[in-house]
Amino acid sequence: MDGIDNPSDQPAKQVQSKPKPKKKDKTTATKPKTTQTLRVNVDVLEDLMTMVSELVLTRNQLLQISRAHEETEFSIPLQRLSHVVSELQEGVMKTRMQPVGNAWSKLPRIIRDLSIDLDKKIDLVMTGNETELDRQVLEMIKDPLTHMVRNSGDHGIETPAERVAAGKQETGTIRLDAFHEGGHIIIRISDDGKGLSDDKIKEKIYNNGLATQEEIDEMSKQQIHQFIFAAGFSTAAAVTSVSGRGVGMDVVRTNIEKIGGSIELKSDEGKGSTFTIKIPLTLAIVSALVVEAGGERFAIPQLAVRELVMVSEHGDSRVEYIKGSPVFRLRDRLLPLVSLSNVLGLSEKELLQEVKAVDEDIEDTINLDSDGKIITKDSDDQEKNNLYLIITEVSGYVFGIIVDRVFDTEEIVVKPVAEMLKGLTIFSGNTILGDGSVIMILDPNGIANATGNITSTDEFNEANEQNQRKSTSEKETSLLLFSTGDKTPKAVPLALVARLENINSADIEYSSGQMTTQYRGALMPLVPFDTTITVNDEKSKPVLVFSDKEQSLGIIVDDIVDIIDEHLDIQLSTQKNGLLGSAIINGIATDVVDIAHFLENAKHDWFKDHGDSPYISSSDGGNNDHKKKLLLIDDSSFFRNMLTPLLSMAGYDVTSLEKPSEALQMCEEGVIFDVIVSDIEMPNMNGFEFAQHVKSDGGIWADTPMIALSSHATPQDIERGTQVGFSNYVAKFDKDTLLNTLSQTFTENKTTG
Amino acid sequence: MAKTETDTDEYINAMSEDFLTFIVDGQSFGIPVLQVQDVLSEQPVTKIPLSSPEVEGSLNLRGRIVTAINVRECLSISKRDSDKSNMSVVVEHNDELFSLIIDSVGEVLRLTKTDFEKNPGTLDPAWKDLSAGIFQLKDDLLIIMDVSKLLENIKS
Repeated sequence: MDGIDNPSDQPAKQVQSKPKPKKKDKTTATKPKTTQTLRVNVDVLEDLMTMVSELVLTRNQLLQISRAHEETEFSIPLQRLSHVVSELQEGVMKTRMQPVGNAWSKLPRIIRDLSIDLDKKIDLVMTGNETELDRQVLEMIKDPLTHMVRNSGDHGIETPAERVAAGKQETGTIRLDAFHEGGHIIIRISDDGKGLSDDKIKEKIYNNGLATQEEIDEMSKQQIHQFIFAAGFSTAAAVTSVSGRGVGMDVVRTNIEKIGGSIELKSDEGKGSTFTIKIPLTLAIVSALVVEAGGERFAIPQLAVRELVMVSEHGDSRVEYIKGSPVFRLRDRLLPLVSLSNVLGLSEKELLQEVKAVDEDIEDTINLDSDGKIITKDSDDQEKNNLYLIITEVSGYVFGIIVDRVFDTEEIVVKPVAEMLKGLTIFSGNTILGDGSVIMILDPNGIANATGNITSTDEFNEANEQNQRKSTSEKETSLLLFSTGDKTPKAVPLALVARLENINSADIEYSSGQMTTQYRGALMPLVPFDTTITVNDEKSKPVLVFSDKEQSLGIIVDDIVDIIDEHLDIQLSTQKNGLLGSAIINGIATDVVDIAHFLENAKHDWFKDHGDSPYISSSDGGNNDHKKKLLLIDDSSFFRNMLTPLLSMAGYDVTSLEKPSEALQMCEEGVIFDVIVSDIEMPNMNGFEFAQHVKSDGGIWADTPMIALSSHATPQDIERGTQVGFSNYVAKFDKDTLLNTLSQTFTENKTTG
Repeated sequence: MAKTETDTDEYINAMSEDFLTFIVDGQSFGIPVLQVQDVLSEQPVTKIPLSSPEVEGSLNLRGRIVTAINVRECLSISKRDSDKSNMSVVVEHNDELFSLIIDSVGEVLRLTKTDFEKNPGTLDPAWKDLSAGIFQLKDDLLIIMDVSKLLENIKS
């Protein structure tokens, strides 16, 4: 390679003869212009390049330092230094560039020999010889190019007789084009030969046992053509001196992919084939995105990044899970996600825990709104709760990589990793950042391979469709999964949970033997979920906060596991206090927690603020032919949320309303219920008045049994309730009585009716 | 560590070699001083996920990326308390730089080959593999570490 002359001065299409392909050999004799050239050893240039790389890194480092300070006297010289270094870098890069013509200077001869050997007439047309490529890249593509041109000559171009018979010119043409296109070099090899024979390839696929006949029949032309890149695949009928040994296209592809390039094939039978190779301009200095996952920083080549998406735990854009696999809806398409920290084995943290891991000194409150989405209280924390998705594409698979933070883009010099780390295909190299630290460069191909189970987008969409169909037919409940001392995971309807907190033992106080903590200016009782939970000094424990009006209760658990949407179907009921029963959630037998039990134990006055709440639980309702329709009226959303799942589980079809007036409206509309469960203490219209309305109006609900729920279960209240038409009066927290009462109501009705 | 300064007789000179000594878990090790590129105090190391446990990470040594090797891990010695500072010895192997993280660096000793002994047969097999032999010092035994073996044993 010559160090001094400007290669762009070379006339186009000039084929040069070179003693060494590595060097640009231009003598003044071959150049009419008076450009002087000098022969320089490649090693000298390589060294120069390395040193410039170091200089760039040092420059970046200096700039980073100066950015951290106010204007100093260094600023201006630094600017100039930066400018000069950039120009130097550009200049040295130029010395590495060689015209692509160097790589194919031997091709005309190969084609000439080939046409004599095979008795064919072949014309080789080359354009874009002057297109410049990094020397390193050029070395890598030289052999693949030669191989492919030979292939075209041997397999592609027909004999003159065949060509005439096919109505073509006697002489076949192989074209080689090279040109720039958006940061890439495109090299195209096309011939007007017979093209790929689909049938021959299919036969070969079948004979080699690469696919079954059914699979082959379903394949598109494109998919079938892809098989020529498989190892050991040759469609040549006989092995010739030129080709047909079945070693080739797979090596070509490997070589091209090694330098970050790609190869595409288009072929029409009878018309010819076109291979398009796309390769990056240079390998030496690339722009990379610096990201953080699991507390470590990594670089991702910017070329691999299709787009960046920020997801927060609230709002529309959030990560969802399908059986534990994170997915994301990107413009109505479902995108499979890979958590970088999981792939790298840095942490098994769930997203939720990551959110919780916010510095404990700061108030790290996570609020759950009525939809079960997490809302952050503190806007300063918001930044920390965001995750970023790096959308990338690997041979047709589009997927997202979840990272914790995205820093900046930086020009990096890719350095190969040490020999002993070569086995880690997930990294394509390493480099030194502006701040002087070493950083690993991620290879999206490696990430895709490491996860292994990345399905193609189509398959994924299909799976998702099925999932969605399922979810519309069965109503799903958002469930918060948590773990305690024993192995069985526990679930509680997310809608019941007001917030998640972390509390450590220093915050726990005792008042009259009850564990409490000061929470938002009030005392909140704390209940360990079970006896296995101990609160020690070192680790703070997650606390599920249930709250209604002014009342709060915290239940201490061991670990928050996940939030999932699942159809809640209690399959085994239990006699154990505090549990409703067991259900299959996320494929695992999970205990469904009866929050009412805890509320009842922790605070006997919990229910006093509320009137009756309808509390229907698993009764014999399910035994009937159709589900009993139950109307639940309670002004407290908390109780509605708590009772609705409970009653649904018991086999009732529950409609819950906030206000009696809404219920009366439904009555007028003629909606029929089998039973009405109403709270007593409600604003505007209390349960007594409501019952009076229903019973006295003589409407369609006049004969519907009504059950009152109240914490005021005094004899007077019960009497008043009976007077106004309630058939039963149940204490609000007493779910067993409620369920018994309900089933009794129906058996009575049956027997009396 | 005892200093076995020998006389600078020319004959002895030809028969002797300089070694840098270092200490891992109380045991003295030596490597030929000509292999040593650098001695470093504790450096910030970038972790390399999924690498073998012997690989501590990589670090930047004047613009070159150096792979840090945890010698304790190679010798199957338990980890050291994190509050104690480490040192490292930078060596070159197959044109790549490696930083061997050790407890502390001792001194440079000139040792005569007559004091050199083969590994005792009872030496722990894991160590035997990494030891090229043993020098008898006045009141200590110095294991000569075979750096190439040490590095080649690490699989990615």
